[in-house]
Parts: sequence; C-alpha cells; structure tokens
Amino acid sequence: MSDTWIEVCAADEIDEEDVIRFDHAGRTFAVYRSPEDTYHATDGLCTHEKIHLADGLVMDHVIECPKHNGRFNYKTGEAKGAPVCVDLKTYPVKVESGTVFIGL
Amino acid sequence: MANFVIVGAGECGARAAFALRGKGFDGTITLIGSEMHLPYERPPLSKDALVAGAGPKLVAEQERYAAARIVVLTRRTVSEIERAGKRIVLSDGTALAYDKLLLATGARPRALPGTPYACGRVVALRSHDDAAAIRAHLVDGSHIAILGGGFIGLELAASARKLGATVTLVEGLPRVLTRGVPAEIAAIVAERHAAEGVEILCGAKVAGVEDLPGEVRIALEDGRVVSANLLIVGIGAVPNTELAEAAGLATENGIAVDGMLRTSDPDIFAAGDCTSYPLPLYGERRIRLESWRNAQEQGQLAAANMLGGAEAHSAVPWFWSDQYDMTLQIAGLADGAATMVRRDMGEGAFILFHLDAEGRLIAASGIGPGNAVARDIRLAEMLIAARIHPDPAELAAPETKLKKLLAA
Ligand SMILES: Cc1cc2nc3c(=O)[nH]c(=O)nc-3n(C[C@H](O)[C@H](O)[C@H](O)COP(=O)(O)OP(=O)(O)OC[C@H]3O[C@@H](n4cnc5c(N)ncnc54)[C@H](O)[C@@H]3O)c2cc1C
Ligand code: FES
Repeated sequence: MSDTWIEVCAADEIDEEDVIRFDHAGRTFAVYRSPEDTYHATDGLCTHEKIHLADGLVMDHVIECPKHNGRFNYKTGEAKGAPVCVDLKTYPVKVESGTVFIGL
Repeated sequence: MANFVIVGAGECGARAAFALRGKGFDGTITLIGSEMHLPYERPPLSKDALVAGAGPKLVAEQERYAAARIVVLTRRTVSEIERAGKRIVLSDGTALAYDKLLLATGARPRALPGTPYACGRVVALRSHDDAAAIRAHLVDGSHIAILGGGFIGLELAASARKLGATVTLVEGLPRVLTRGVPAEIAAIVAERHAAEGVEILCGAKVAGVEDLPGEVRIALEDGRVVSANLLIVGIGAVPNTELAEAAGLATENGIAVDGMLRTSDPDIFAAGDCTSYPLPLYGERRIRLESWRNAQEQGQLAAANMLGGAEAHSAVPWFWSDQYDMTLQIAGLADGAATMVRRDMGEGAFILFHLDAEGRLIAASGIGPGNAVARDIRLAEMLIAARIHPDPAELAAPETKLKKLLAA
C-alpha cells in the first residue's frame, strides 16, 4: 500500500477519547483520539446501515454507532457483535508537528 | 449430543442461535419459524426500506447459518410443546426432541374487533409480506388511513407521505405517542407530521369500519367519516403466548420469565417480544418490551443461560424511532418520574432527563435531526444503569459532558 498522507486537522482539535468526521475526495472517514493519546482512522460509515460514526460514542478503544449501537474496535476495525458483523476498514494515521495525517 | 430447539425465527431467535454456537455449544441447534424468509429485521419495514420497496434485510445470510451449523426450518409452525416427553410438535405432525427449548415467538398486531380484515383493504404491519402489501397501495394520490398514533403508525405516515400518498391518522387518545413518550416530544412529532401534510385526528374513536367498492370507510363516534383506499391498523401488539399457555407455562402479559429468562419449566426459556420479565433497575417491576435491541440482548442472554449460565438481564430499556429526518431515542422508563430537566443541544435537538423523587436519573428521552441526541442518550443510559443522582443544573447545561458525570 503506497500511502499518500493527507492532512486531517490539528491534533488538539480532537478531544481525548473522541472522534471527528473527515471528508476527502468524495470519501468520508472517522478519525479517533484514544485515551492513551494515539490517533486512528476508519471508514466513516457503519457497516450496518451506512450511518456516520462520528456522531457515535468512543469508549476506550471502541466506537459505538449512534444509530443502533453496533460496536467496532477502531484500532483494528473489528466488528464486536450484533447488529454489526462486517469489519470496518482502517487507515494509517501519523501525527507530525501537532498535525494529524491520514494515509490513503 | 444435546438438542437445543428455538421456536420463532425472528431477531431474538436468530441471535440466540448464533450466540449458542459462539459460546461453544457443540450440539444440534434447530431454529423454527412460521415465515417463509430467513430471520430479518423488522424496524426497516415501516421506515426507509418501505419507501424504497427493499427486500427483507436478513439478520444473517444462509451461508452464516450453514457455517454455524444452525438448522433453520422456515414455513414451519410449532403447534405443541409436550413437556413430559420433552418434544415439540410441528403443524405438519412431525415431532422433534429437545434438551433445552427457547421460545422466541414474538408478538403480533392487536386486531380491531369487528373489522373486515379479509377484504384486503384493512391491514396491519408486522411482517415483510405485510409491508409489501402496504407498499402496493402507497402511490401518489392514494389515500391511506392509519389507526393508531404509536410508533409504527407514525413511521408509516411519514413513509406514505414520502411516496406521495395522502394520510389521515386516527388516534383515540387526546395525543399521539401516549405510551412512554413525554408530551413535549409527542407534540413536536405531531407538529412535524402536520407540517408534512398528515391529517391527525386525536380523541377520535372508531364506531365502525365498512368495506365498500373501491374504498374502506371509517365512521368515527363523533359522526365524522374517513374514506380511504387502505386502512392500516396500528394499535399495538399482543405477545404470542398461546403455545406456552397450552403447555401450562406461566404467563403474565407475555410468557413470564425470571431475571435469567427461565420460564416455570427449568428446561424452557423465553426471550424477546413474547416475554415479560422483572427489571431490577425499576424495583423488579415486571415489564414486556417490544424493542429490537432488547430482542437481541435477551436472545444472547438466553443462550448463555441455556448453557448453564446464571446471569440476570439488567439492561436499560432502549428504543428508537425514525420519522422524516428526525430520530427519537428513549432510554429507561419515565413513568415513575418526579421531575424533568431539559437539555437543549442546538438545531432543535433536545433531551428530557427524568428524575425520581430522590433525584435518581431513571429515563432520558431525546429528539432531533439525524443522530444529534444519540451520544448523550447512550451516556444517559449508562448513568441510569449506574443509578446516579446527577446535579440537574449539569444535565441542563449542554457544555457539561455527560461522560464526566459518569466518571464522577
Ligand atoms: C414495523 C415495525 C417497526 C419496528 N420498529 C422498531 C424500531 O424502530 N425500534 C425498535 O427498537 N423496535 C422496533 N420494532 C420492534 C422490533 O422489531 C421487535 O422488538 C423485534 O422484532 C422482536 O423480535 P422477536 O424475535 O422477539 O420477535 P419477532 O420479530 O416477532 O419474531 C418472532 C417470530 O416467531 C414466529 N413464530 C411465532 N410463533 C411461532 C410458532 N408457534 N412456530 C414457529 N414460529 C413462530 C413469528 O412468525 C416471527 O417470525 C418494530 C417492529 C415492527 C413490526
Ligand atoms: S447503522 Fe450502525 S449499528 Fe445500525
């Protein structure tokens, strides 16, 4: 995978244990900051009904979909049980000089 | 090898079947359902899937049942439980032995007595086939009458408007959504429907329904008459308890189970819309929920307890409804509330927190565009489960993060 690094936002624009929406080139992503201050990115839409995850709740390493509480581990993309069964795609993220980048 | 049988191939039965295998059960799992489809999701039937005319949204594809070695018998109705011999009998006369049995028979629409359902112009909505029959009438220019201003009636009204049908909704009580929804939120829902062109008649009791050539005529007690191409009756659901009753199992507004979802027979469990169960968070009050997430959670819990677990159901009741671009979400049971606190969240979205006389948070009801209230309702649910007595001023202030209250 040859990544192109795209700038997302300043690192402090995402609260700890929270998520924001990021749109780029017609695609939409969810970008997370974990309680340990690491950054992660997944596809933006839930694999159950294409609802944006950025309105969801981040608890530890889990993002919970705002629509029907489907859960994913946002570090690995793993679907954690009903009603979601298809994993989320994840993307590499790096932070340089206080700016978050997503590798697409 | 052990035989586990699940009666009712809906959300609950399907989740239980997968959970049994997921928890390492190695015996036979047979999932039996009356409908012709594999288990599918019911919530879409009144929402966007109805508008789109979509096929059933399956809980899982056939391959996943095969991979989990779950035998699904569709179009088969269980007509009898022989508890002494630990067998069930199907309507075609075949019998099947069980070691543990789960009843996940769900609920069916409450019927309006004396109504000519057979004429084809009076329908109710529970199954995919019902939805397909309703969809055929939802065309530009048709007139639909809906009886009942509950969630299903209102969602149907919104979907019918999207397809260009004219809608008259008849509700017997003074307002819509009387069951479990605060008046402030019900008023917003009613206003939105009015703005979308739905005619809502509250306090309107039906005197009679008549099937005439080309139309169905609903006479109201106050003398008004509603003529429509189709009447959809959405006046609630009744639990499918007959099978359990005939087998001598205890019922009480549903198949009565204890906190661990066990019926009065130790080898028979029940879960989902068909059961009533005690809720520890609300003083062990016995309730029956018609809620999708409850069906999933109870299916999974029943599976664990059929395998020898002893965990009690403790989840906070949770429900959502989609109408137009608005979503409503409710966590907890508000009926014992003494005070209410409102949190405004912008763009018209708000949450009402319900506190009991001691100041404990017992419910939260929210409405707003899209998923505006979802995160805070989810956090409220956790606060309710933690039996927290929050500071009302903090709940009211949108800048207070509810997550902080949880950590406190
Ligand atoms: C139109 C509609 C919209 C809804 N929207 C929402 C929503 O927005 N949010 C929400 O939380 N909930 C919603 N619900 C409720 C939710 O769908 C139910 O709570 C859920 O389906 C319950 O699952 P269940 O498996 O317990 O029962 P069911 O889904 O009713 O499944 C039971 C199955 O058992 C079968 N069965 C019954 N008796 C027998 C027998 N003797 N032998 C064989 N099979 C039998 C039935 O045919 C049925 O297929 C909605 C329901 C409907 C109908
Ligand atoms: S859309 Fe995410 S769980 Fe349903």
